[in-house]
Amino acid sequence: MKDTTKKYWKGLEELNNEPEFLKQAQNEFPDYLPIKESSGKDTSESSGTDRRDFLKLLGFGVAAASLAACEAPVKKVIPYVNKPEEIDPGNAVWYASTYMDGGEYCSVLVKTREGRPIKIEGNRLSKVTWGGTSARAQASVLSLYDSARLTSFYAGKSAKSKAEADKEIIAKLNNLNGGAIRIVSSTIMSPTTKKAIAEFAAKYSNTEHIQYDANSVSGLIKANKASFGKAVVPSYDFSKAKVIVSFGADFLGTWISPVEYAAQYAKNKKLGESIKKNSTDNEFLLARHYQVETNLSLTGCNADFRLPIKPSEEGLYVAALYNEIVGGLSVNAPKSEILSKAAEDLKNSKGKSLVVSGSNDVNVQILVNEINKALGNIGTTIDLETPSYQRQGDDERMAGFIEDVKAGKVAAVIFYNANPVYDHPMGKELGEALSKVSLSISFSDRMDETSSKCAYVCPDFHYLEAWNDAEPKKGYYSLVQPTISPLFKDTRSAQESLLVWTGNNTDYYTYLTNNWKQNILNGGDWNQALHDGVYQSSGSTQVAIVSETAATETAVSTDLNSIASAIASAKSSGLELKVYEKIGLGSGSQANNPWLQELPDPISKATWGNYVAVSVSYAKDKGLKSGDVVSVTVDGKEAFKLPVLVQPGQAKDTVSIAIGYGRTNAGKAGDKIGQNVYPLLAYSNGTLKYNRGGVDLKPTGDFEEIAQTQTHQTIMGRAIIQDATLPEYITDSAAGRFYPKVTTADGKKVAPKDVTVWWEHEKPNHLWTMVIDLNSCIGCGSCTISCQAENNIPVVGKKEVINRREMHWLRIDRYYSTAETWSTKKEHGKDKYFKGDATAWEYPEENPEVTFQPMLCQQCNHAPCETVCPVAATTHSSEGLNQMAYNRCIGTRYCANNCPYKVRRFNWFKYFDNDKFFMNTSMNTQLGRMVLNPDVTVRSRGVMEKCTFCVQRIQEGKLTAKKENRRPVDGEILTACASACPTNAIMFGDINDASSQVWNQLSEENKKRAYTVLEEVNTRPNIAYLTRIRNKQA
Amino acid sequence: MSQTISCSCFYRSLLTFFFALFLSFSTFSQTPPAPAAGGLSPDAQKGESLFKVAGCNTCHAIDEKKVGPALRGVQKRWSSQAQLINFVRNSTKVIASGDPYANKIYNENAKTPMPAHEFLAEADVKAILAYVKEAPATVVDKGTTTGGGGNTINTSGGSGNSGIILTLIIVVLVLVLISLTLVLVFIKRYLKEKEATLIEEEKSLVNQKFDFGAFFKSTGFIATVIFIFVCIALRETYIGLLSVGVEQNYAPKQPIPFSHKLHAGQYKIDCNYCHTGVMKAKQANIPSINICMNCHSNIKEGPKYGKAAIAVLLDHYEKQKPIEWVRIHNLPDLAYFNHAQHVNAGKLECKTCHGAIDTMEVVRQASPLTMGWCINCHRAADSNNVRVKIQDNEYYAKFRAKHKDMTVEQIGGLECSKCHY
Repeated sequence: MKDTTKKYWKGLEELNNEPEFLKQAQNEFPDYLPIKESSGKDTSESSGTDRRDFLKLLGFGVAAASLAACEAPVKKVIPYVNKPEEIDPGNAVWYASTYMDGGEYCSVLVKTREGRPIKIEGNRLSKVTWGGTSARAQASVLSLYDSARLTSFYAGKSAKSKAEADKEIIAKLNNLNGGAIRIVSSTIMSPTTKKAIAEFAAKYSNTEHIQYDANSVSGLIKANKASFGKAVVPSYDFSKAKVIVSFGADFLGTWISPVEYAAQYAKNKKLGESIKKNSTDNEFLLARHYQVETNLSLTGCNADFRLPIKPSEEGLYVAALYNEIVGGLSVNAPKSEILSKAAEDLKNSKGKSLVVSGSNDVNVQILVNEINKALGNIGTTIDLETPSYQRQGDDERMAGFIEDVKAGKVAAVIFYNANPVYDHPMGKELGEALSKVSLSISFSDRMDETSSKCAYVCPDFHYLEAWNDAEPKKGYYSLVQPTISPLFKDTRSAQESLLVWTGNNTDYYTYLTNNWKQNILNGGDWNQALHDGVYQSSGSTQVAIVSETAATETAVSTDLNSIASAIASAKSSGLELKVYEKIGLGSGSQANNPWLQELPDPISKATWGNYVAVSVSYAKDKGLKSGDVVSVTVDGKEAFKLPVLVQPGQAKDTVSIAIGYGRTNAGKAGDKIGQNVYPLLAYSNGTLKYNRGGVDLKPTGDFEEIAQTQTHQTIMGRAIIQDATLPEYITDSAAGRFYPKVTTADGKKVAPKDVTVWWEHEKPNHLWTMVIDLNSCIGCGSCTISCQAENNIPVVGKKEVINRREMHWLRIDRYYSTAETWSTKKEHGKDKYFKGDATAWEYPEENPEVTFQPMLCQQCNHAPCETVCPVAATTHSSEGLNQMAYNRCIGTRYCANNCPYKVRRFNWFKYFDNDKFFMNTSMNTQLGRMVLNPDVTVRSRGVMEKCTFCVQRIQEGKLTAKKENRRPVDGEILTACASACPTNAIMFGDINDASSQVWNQLSEENKKRAYTVLEEVNTRPNIAYLTRIRNKQA
Repeated sequence: MSQTISCSCFYRSLLTFFFALFLSFSTFSQTPPAPAAGGLSPDAQKGESLFKVAGCNTCHAIDEKKVGPALRGVQKRWSSQAQLINFVRNSTKVIASGDPYANKIYNENAKTPMPAHEFLAEADVKAILAYVKEAPATVVDKGTTTGGGGNTINTSGGSGNSGIILTLIIVVLVLVLISLTLVLVFIKRYLKEKEATLIEEEKSLVNQKFDFGAFFKSTGFIATVIFIFVCIALRETYIGLLSVGVEQNYAPKQPIPFSHKLHAGQYKIDCNYCHTGVMKAKQANIPSINICMNCHSNIKEGPKYGKAAIAVLLDHYEKQKPIEWVRIHNLPDLAYFNHAQHVNAGKLECKTCHGAIDTMEVVRQASPLTMGWCINCHRAADSNNVRVKIQDNEYYAKFRAKHKDMTVEQIGGLECSKCHY
């Protein structure tokens, strides 16, 4: 590398060269860990198997094998009575549908095999999500087969038939004597559901529908009402923004519509020779992104400039930016070099810039609106005419509802897709007050925190079983269609329940189609809309599902001076708490989904639980290290105990805790994982506040290891990440590239590929190749879950992750680095990095740069794993694939030891039909097993596995081509990761096909941005990475 | 001493000779019979394809009776061609109209009406009739995969031939043994006559008696016997272990005694008619009952079991209860097999793997379904049948420049992850 002072590190252990890290760095496998019991703690010798046990087992094994061999079991094959025409056993059938969970939206295609949904893919016809998916959308298919789901209606704790429950509920609804009825839900984007609710409200007067969001943007909606007279979330277009300034809005990870924004954002992150040639504005060849935030978010990781701040000062920083652009606010705004630079860039890109804020404070959002107005962004990057309906929650009305319940003013309440007892700060009070409500009904699919306190539970269908529709943005419609008949016949869709109670006996499908024909299709074709899954209507006959003039009870002032003083008074001192959302678990609604629990957080790489993220300097001051359990106190009262995690990039004097954890009634796999942080949210001025002061951490002296995956593999100071800045790239497309040289026997220095002991093998047909663009990979993790679903990858649980035995075939490596030149100094005998003079050291860990790198089997053409396998279980194919034959593997693990990329995974245990791995629900429950991909083997104990480039998809694609008497077309064969990627950072194809995307990319980027990892080892991988280019000065 | 050496040399060369002979016999080849080509008129050619597309061949053959009568000379049997065409398009109408010949056929065929074919235009029916008229006698049913004269791979390595060779070797060896004994006897007798001229040592050699007791007790003998015994035991164990899980000739009793011999053999119903997935999907499909009912809504009595067997089917259909057949071909989960790949892309015949299914009263697993058996085919260079059809499929166009013909192995068919993933 040219810049040798640049230091990359995967975690603080590596940066600080801690002894434990150094020890582990040399060991491929932690051999001292027990394998008899899956316990991370027990390392005593007695836990091993002794010789007698071994002989006994051996004898039994031989006897069992010979007995089993005597007679093959009789297997039945049961054909249909009437075979549906479109189903051919063994062929997948695809349906277009829509993933919705509260305010989350994703247009999807559902792959079904023999009538079972097994995989979610993005719908490329969607003009909102553009074929991208989120990790949660990918994982939602497993939630369908959740054994915690209720199988029938319940009254109290006993099951009830639908008819009986209906009769009782209707009788009670008619006997309320005009008492208030409240329907409480999370955001509903479905126009037909809203129609059904309206019909219910028309029948039972005094019914009100209240929406709230666990991750609320109520403040934004209120501010828009005040600034523009429209109480909506606008459509943002990040693709039109050359300068993006975000104040704590994690728009690539969790804010409003991350899949949509990621696709837009990535458009301005693509580079290439043609783009470079046609560019007129070299400075903004890439968008420039500033992030001002507290905790290191996914969006912050992708920013070019990042400024860590205390959350209470966010308003002041927004005000400072306002003063730089417009001026005139009398606040004592903090000075920041980065902010001034951002202001300058914004002023130079009027109408082509975007300022967003994740704050739920109305004042901050009004100020942001003023900045955008001044920059002329309204109507260009912010579209108020096409509002987004993905967040509609109103914190004020929800708080009012809870007060009403406590005051006994509510006669009946229906919870739909809502779990406020868990995910609302006043949830505990609500739960206690629910007994005062004479009729409480929940549509929840499980006995969750709220429904267990309701008189009736009428479980709704999972979205894969149901008909429904959605309107994520005004005029952009999409449909939900069933992909399997309801797993539990005694459940019913919530809308149909409402209709039945209204006295309308139309089934919901008919109701939906009628509504579409009358109000939405506007002459369009229903079948086409259903086939596409999405429908765009230009007609104006539709009824808006959100009233843009919704009244807010608290008056909002737009007087900037009063706003400025309010913002200034919000500033607090001392330790502050920022509550954030994680990309895996989100608001916690899918907490019982083990895939999401085990998805490593993109930044901290932690799985199975939340933690208190503290800044590096705080940890140094207090002598805390990751895993130390602290008691979190708020205003002097203890809230809960959690381990701390020292998080580089965390703002000084702040701590962050994620929502979504600490469920008590989610199900076996998701209960009692982490702590519930919702009760710590404050409610003031009509909105929930996701940050608060008055927080303190008290060490308890306990230690609880956090199940992190980050240091499980090491980089050992090699050029794995290659990056450069945009000005460097403009002068030299190969900027940041590292060209290793090896010395031959006669002392010459040559490129590694000129030295080889292996023969080249011909690849006459296909040569499968992947190109990963590090510049557009945002690290969202949807590829990891997509891979897990496609390839039947087991979940191993917290203890085994701690034992470094996670099974993900595709991991996203996160590398920290710092652009500045740091000096080193010995401290306690170890090298430490410092900047500045000896009295005011700054640590590089305080605000590092972050680069994400998806790491999977590199399908090396000279694969080191293949040469060491004693039984030839891993071999090379003529299509460039590094093949793994599980049935041949004897488990020596030589291959994993010899793999320089550390991408091979060993089955230490039998993860299926094993009660010890109950959390691996996709292999241990009758219901969960339905999600398994029948084309991929479930691996047994003692064999090695790894990424196969989704060989089953390659084979299927080739066969389709053969059946149709043609060559495969580029884009037809995609790996699960490539198809899940919302930013098209992962490209896959046949490089022997000159029309393919990978061929084009590599022919353009060859000897420029394209590099292979560890080129010096000369493994000749079939995966090329494109360098990361940051839009900042060198 | 020198005699014994030359003797063993003789044996060795003899064995080598027979071994070579054995090898030369065990590699044998087959030549496929050329398919009959018909010189049909354009109309009849159209009729020939319609004959299959419209499904006539499901119930009819040209020269023999299937479900319906043999069609040869059908035009002569009918009084008017118009009436015949009407009958083909809607037979029940013609029968109801009281046409005497139509009623006669109806009664002759167990009062099973021919289903209506109103989707066929008059010209189409005429074309089919033209084909019936011109169809060469040798082509009984060219369209079906079971009916044709395709060749099969003999995977047992020619057990018939090896039997003959073994017998030959034994006969020759016995002859050699007899001649050697005779030589010994002659020499002994000759030496006996000249006993007086021999020295003492030679005398004792000539008169020596064979001591069986000592022989059986000798370590050499015991060691040899033990060695042979161990060898046999090991070999049997090895063979036994190899056969674990190999269920060749598995022919379980099925809930309905369905006869492929009757349906595929006698009636020549296309395999694809019932096993609908074979060209498109991984599974060939066990037919769903609605497919059975296409014919069995009319045919309620079989030739062997009478009404009893079909009654079981009808009962399942009435109750809408699926039939639980016993699965015969069980591939382990670790191996991926796709019918479409082999039958559609590979253009293999069903018989190649499933054996002479059209002669099986009860279906049995004809092939061992072992990996070795799969691989043998993928390697096979000697049989046209299992080679890759690179000239017929555009997918393989890339290979045509270098190859005229390829084995599956040459396109990567022996690579692990073609079947294991």
